[in-house]
Amino acid sequence: MAKENEEMNSSGAGSSVFEKPERAKAAKQPVSVYIKRYWQLYLLLLIPMVYFAVFKYSPMYYVLIAFKKYSIVQTVAQMPWAKNHGFQYFIQAFKNKDFIYALRNTIFLNLLDIILGFPVPIIFALLLNELRFKFFKKSVQTIAYMPHFLSWVIIYGLALQLFAPANGLINILIKNLGGQTVHFLDDANTWVKTYIGLGIWQSFGWNSIIYLAAISGISPELYEAASVDGAGRFQKMWHITLPGIRPTIVVLLILALGNVLGSGFDRPFALQNNLVMKNAEVISTFVYKYGIKGLQFSLTTAVGLFQSVANVIFLLLANWFSRNMGERGIM
Amino acid sequence: MEESSREIHSLKTKVGDWVIVVICVLIAIICLLPMVNLLARSLSGTDYLIKNEVYLWPKGFNIKAYATVLSDPKYIKAFGWTALLTVICTFLSLTMTTLCAFPLIFPALKGRKVINLFITITMFFNAGTIPNYLLMQKLNLLDNPLVLIIPGCLSVYNMIILRSFFYGIPESLRESAEIDGASYLTVLIKIYLPLSKPVLATLALFYAVGRWNGYSDALMYMKNKDFYPLQLLLYNILNNINQVEVTTQEGFSAPGLADSLKAAIVMFSTIPILCIYPFLQKYFIQGVTLGAVKE
Repeated sequence: MAKENEEMNSSGAGSSVFEKPERAKAAKQPVSVYIKRYWQLYLLLLIPMVYFAVFKYSPMYYVLIAFKKYSIVQTVAQMPWAKNHGFQYFIQAFKNKDFIYALRNTIFLNLLDIILGFPVPIIFALLLNELRFKFFKKSVQTIAYMPHFLSWVIIYGLALQLFAPANGLINILIKNLGGQTVHFLDDANTWVKTYIGLGIWQSFGWNSIIYLAAISGISPELYEAASVDGAGRFQKMWHITLPGIRPTIVVLLILALGNVLGSGFDRPFALQNNLVMKNAEVISTFVYKYGIKGLQFSLTTAVGLFQSVANVIFLLLANWFSRNMGERGIM
Repeated sequence: MEESSREIHSLKTKVGDWVIVVICVLIAIICLLPMVNLLARSLSGTDYLIKNEVYLWPKGFNIKAYATVLSDPKYIKAFGWTALLTVICTFLSLTMTTLCAFPLIFPALKGRKVINLFITITMFFNAGTIPNYLLMQKLNLLDNPLVLIIPGCLSVYNMIILRSFFYGIPESLRESAEIDGASYLTVLIKIYLPLSKPVLATLALFYAVGRWNGYSDALMYMKNKDFYPLQLLLYNILNNINQVEVTTQEGFSAPGLADSLKAAIVMFSTIPILCIYPFLQKYFIQGVTLGAVKE
């Protein structure tokens, strides 16, 4: 994206787009020669463009259903507009107790993910960076990347076995230590902790890759100079490594904050069950149950539209905020 | 004086090194613990499971659970179907990703900026679950196995990774080929693709893992159980949904055996990926880093 910005800036500043020799050639040549030269590239692009148009852009037309009364026998154009100037279903959504729960849970779980989960890969990358034995470091990395490759159904399967109230390993240990059985997956409040914990478990190793790459980009001279000045391990971390990876941290934090109303489907759906629904229902699973299962298409399209628009707004806000704080944004 | 303070300093560093090693070992154990526990349970005798005696090492070692899983035709069929699906999706996705990324590295291509914008917008704005569902209905893709292949066949994120990699290949290489009269297609096949093997392997891994692990598309668009991918079948087994239909094994009614059977099924469904990813570690680290550069 950075590259595109540069380009826009350069053309915006009045510098000619024909500066590069290749472009100058293209400009002097008539259209037929240009096409003769580049038609193959357009042909290659054709199928991906059709893909984007059909699968990413054409469903946007159905977003209109959020403002209309859905009917299975009518086309979208024929459907009558919803009441309250088309906003009937948005009002209905915000009067729906289940949706309010889903909205609350989505924000709450995402914020917990950021507060508790966001720092973990950074700390892990800092630790890995201190390891001296190459082989040991690589082994720890390989093991830490493993959970990322497991599906959420598999992770649910692992959790079922590990946390089983009657005979799971963790509960056997708790009972042997004299504690009470903990219902990790069946108690609504404990479920939140399990959900966050499993999320961190699954992603911290993978997310550390990007920080490790950023750390490896820091000039070794800085560390050498700090050592000469007698800086210890923590001083180097605090004054060199962390400031060095600050732009990376900021960009990832913007993306995370921008997604605070977003909700993946696989993780909550795989982990939730009827006993914990009051804390586990999120927007994506609400839409699935009310929409695809319950066939309330107008209501759930409205909810989806609300979520998409709010997401874009949050992302722009986070970006704007970070730029005003003197950081690099993502756009 | 100075001598001793330096000694203290190096001692502190050494102790610190070991503390970090111990923390890293603990982290590795936490990552592995659930898998080891699962493996132990899948290989244990039923009696020991009921008596809460299985921790990290199998007791009453037997492979009955695996034998049961392997003799279940429904499960084997889902496994084979998902493997086939994964191979098809990976090839199709790599082709689509290449088709999309390659033309976009030519600065002289007119409309490139518009096309880039057209693609990037889809990363940030999605029409939503229901509009997508209605589109699949309209295209007659509901209950059609193609619905598990086509809608997810191009990821913008992966396309950006490949495009970044293509940018890194020196222009002079392709310019000399162009002077020799090679067409762009030849340049792509003879120069770019052979040089991009590591990043293509990474993307193949990303796409393959995505398809192997995905279940939500099947959950929403597929009612025909014959085309259920492995993960959806697994989800239903774990939640005891349609267990009579899913598997006719009598074992699911006995508590201990049910546990070891479920453990074996989960284990068996994970193994293909666990066998592949460590060998691609060097490459996928590069892939993730390339993706971040353009963000």
